[in-house]
Amino acid sequence: MSETRILNRAALGELIAALTAAGQRVLAPVEDDGRVEFREVTDADRLALDYVQTVTSAKAVVFPRFERMLRFAMRGKDVTVEEVPPASPPTVLLGAHPCDAASFATLRAVFTWDSGDAYCEPKLAALTVVGLSCARGDDFCFCTSVGGGPADARGCDILLSALDEKTYRAEILTERGRALVDLAPGAFQPGAGAKPRPVAAILPRFAAAELTEKLPELFGDASVWRQQSLRCLGCGSCAYVCPTCTCFDIQDERSRYDAMRVRTWDACGFGHFTLHASGHNPRGKQSERWRQRVMHKFAYQPARLQVLGCVGCGRCSRSCPVDMNLGEHLERLAATAAGSE
Amino acid sequence: MSHECGNGHNLYVPYRMRVAKVTAEAPSVVTFRLEFVDPADAERFDFRAGQFGEYSVYGEGESTFCIASPPTRKGYIECTFRQVGRVTTALADRDEGDIIGFRGPYGNVFPIEQWRGKKLLFIAGGIALPPMRCVIWNCLDLRDQYDDITIIYGARTVADLVYKHELAEWGARPDVTLYTTVDPGGQTADWQGRVGFVPTVLEQAAPAAANTIAIVCGPPIMIKLTMPVLARLGFEPDQIFTTLENRMKCGVGKCGRCNVGPVYVCKDGPVFTMAQLAGLPAEY
Amino acid sequence: MDTLQTFASAKLAAGEVKIVIGYQAGSDATRARPAFVSDTAEAASLIYDDRCRQNLAVYLLKPEVRAAGRAAVVCGPATLRTLLQYAAENRIAADAVVAIAVDADGTVTELADLEAVETHVARQPRGLTPEQQAEIDRIDALPLGERWQWWSRELGRCFKCYACRAACPLCYCSRCITDVNQPQWIPVAADPLGNLEWNVVRAMHLAGRCVDCGSCAEACPQGIRIDLLNRVLAREAVVDFGVAAGVSRRKDYALASFKPDDKEEFIR
Repeated sequence: MSETRILNRAALGELIAALTAAGQRVLAPVEDDGRVEFREVTDADRLALDYVQTVTSAKAVVFPRFERMLRFAMRGKDVTVEEVPPASPPTVLLGAHPCDAASFATLRAVFTWDSGDAYCEPKLAALTVVGLSCARGDDFCFCTSVGGGPADARGCDILLSALDEKTYRAEILTERGRALVDLAPGAFQPGAGAKPRPVAAILPRFAAAELTEKLPELFGDASVWRQQSLRCLGCGSCAYVCPTCTCFDIQDERSRYDAMRVRTWDACGFGHFTLHASGHNPRGKQSERWRQRVMHKFAYQPARLQVLGCVGCGRCSRSCPVDMNLGEHLERLAATAAGSE
Repeated sequence: MSHECGNGHNLYVPYRMRVAKVTAEAPSVVTFRLEFVDPADAERFDFRAGQFGEYSVYGEGESTFCIASPPTRKGYIECTFRQVGRVTTALADRDEGDIIGFRGPYGNVFPIEQWRGKKLLFIAGGIALPPMRCVIWNCLDLRDQYDDITIIYGARTVADLVYKHELAEWGARPDVTLYTTVDPGGQTADWQGRVGFVPTVLEQAAPAAANTIAIVCGPPIMIKLTMPVLARLGFEPDQIFTTLENRMKCGVGKCGRCNVGPVYVCKDGPVFTMAQLAGLPAEY
Repeated sequence: MDTLQTFASAKLAAGEVKIVIGYQAGSDATRARPAFVSDTAEAASLIYDDRCRQNLAVYLLKPEVRAAGRAAVVCGPATLRTLLQYAAENRIAADAVVAIAVDADGTVTELADLEAVETHVARQPRGLTPEQQAEIDRIDALPLGERWQWWSRELGRCFKCYACRAACPLCYCSRCITDVNQPQWIPVAADPLGNLEWNVVRAMHLAGRCVDCGSCAEACPQGIRIDLLNRVLAREAVVDFGVAAGVSRRKDYALASFKPDDKEEFIR
């Protein structure tokens, strides 16, 4: 059973100050040049909590777009290898919507599958998520089709839901959430408040579990994938704004005397992603790469990791230069699959 | 297999390996013998035939190859690679005594314990002999556990045959039947082996399928043309093993490259039976 | 609008083209999406309005689209310029494409070959809009330090998804310099140096070739104004070499032509 508290909007500054004073890095949605993004904040002045969706996800908090892993110092033939300690300061993600909160379960599943990941895991361990129920959504949101929802608490240590213009109810869901409240006891008032305001109405468009079951049948239907992917430009925009895409590259960068091994984001939509040194490419067509993207998220990850590779945040579709609209595509696939029985 | 390398908690830290011996095998193909710099690593390290690793030149990157030496030979590992890209070019530049990185072993294994008492038929083409060499030597080192061992190996030209000294050794052994072949036109004046493509030589050799395991590694076209011959000889798909070499970066199921359908080559492979591959899309 | 659909339908019906590359309504009122119409009934769904911003010429080089056969392309002014630049760079044959040109006033014209495209483009106004010019002037006028800061901030958002490259019809290299690693010309990390090198090198590779369609900036999920870099370099190419991209189907654009009186010594 969770405890509840009341958090006044006016106390957000106090909360952020207290967390900062306690050594926590606070990341929250902030408006910058007309775009809302998660940024480090030290006060409540720039908070943009009434946002629908940030352009990029919160993924970078635990899986940055590039990360130095190893440092090689080279003196002639002598090489010393140094681990670059992962930057994992205690971090509070404040005001992330339930889709972003849910994404960490997928990231954790990937990065801890059988073997650990010395770079991602410490960041996950240092993270406290203060979620915020969605007052508004848009046509690209489809969280309710993939097991989430605008007030879904999964992945949150605390979930905020607006009671009115000035107040949130704070549900304290985990020990970590409780510890956060203890860092800023003054910001939280006792009580549960009245009924929270209604959250965004995100109508389910398909059932992810059914889609997962049916997708293997659709794998061989080349026309389905070709039709959708013909306009795909093969850029990495969808993958890079996605909260659950984890494909990465590892490369070395060297200067005269030393070098770094860096991990960077990569994308299954890139033509050279699977290209062999021989020139052979197991997924040589864009339709095959698009299919991989869908299958990986909605069939392979559920089968292998027991998680969906999608939280229905809709960012991929908002950012796509050619309007690929994943939700619409999945809805159609689900209908195709159902009809093909 | 959950072997992890490096200092135990960060799998991306490679073992430091000393290049102990460099052998030129064929044009741009080299074999390295690698010894652990830290004896404690050597002590801890264990692998089985079929597994692979990530080999790195510090400052140039990592490249994925199988371990080409058998686990029965302790204290070192060997890898054979063709110089193609940035990492393999840098690797080929290493001299004896140089330090490179290795992390692994990763992936599944040839189930050689289950092959005890059976005949083994190894069929390889070109640069695909290295993954097979590991298991060939593994079985030869445990020779009394297996029935007849036949090896069919072909390359484009005589120069392209790798492990020439070992081919001579295998050919001289009474307990191994070896067929070496080169593509028509690839022979030299003093070539003693056969001339013809691997599937043709297989057809001529016509090994019996009963109680036999076939292990096939080679370029896709060779595999494609070899399968019907094996079928005609009576081999069932679950009697035939191969290894896949999809591109990888992490080796441990995270980087997203090596999927063949739902299968991760790095974790579920690289060793597969043809029966398993028949159920997968051709994304390799 | 009817004429666009009628043209497309007629071309398909006559078998002159196998596919019409155009736009359909997208997910919402602000979006259109590229469409590949191969039967006459579908032609009715084609649109052309302010939402139609992705340069469709980019699809002409895609193997999947090429496999469909001879194409007609719905072209705004920038797409027409792209066809000419493609011809100048030997990307398309003279009769490979039928252009369905839509002018600013909505007039639809069929341009059956590149000669017709060239004539059509020559009649259209060229150059920057006053707003575009003002934008460049504003950044140009900034003191060096502030200009550097402005660009550092812009490029700082780059995470190297390469949407700019994918959306750009003239970024067609089969092996982009950023994917070349022997040597590693461009740092792989999306850090300040890596981002600067990627975006500046890309702009340089487009200098005198960019037809100013704006698709790069439209595609950028991070809203980086990459188009401004390209516009400035296009201007420099005209100032220094007297040639603009996308005006001629012949190989006479700045980077492909040689003049004995070139002002640079190294090339003479």
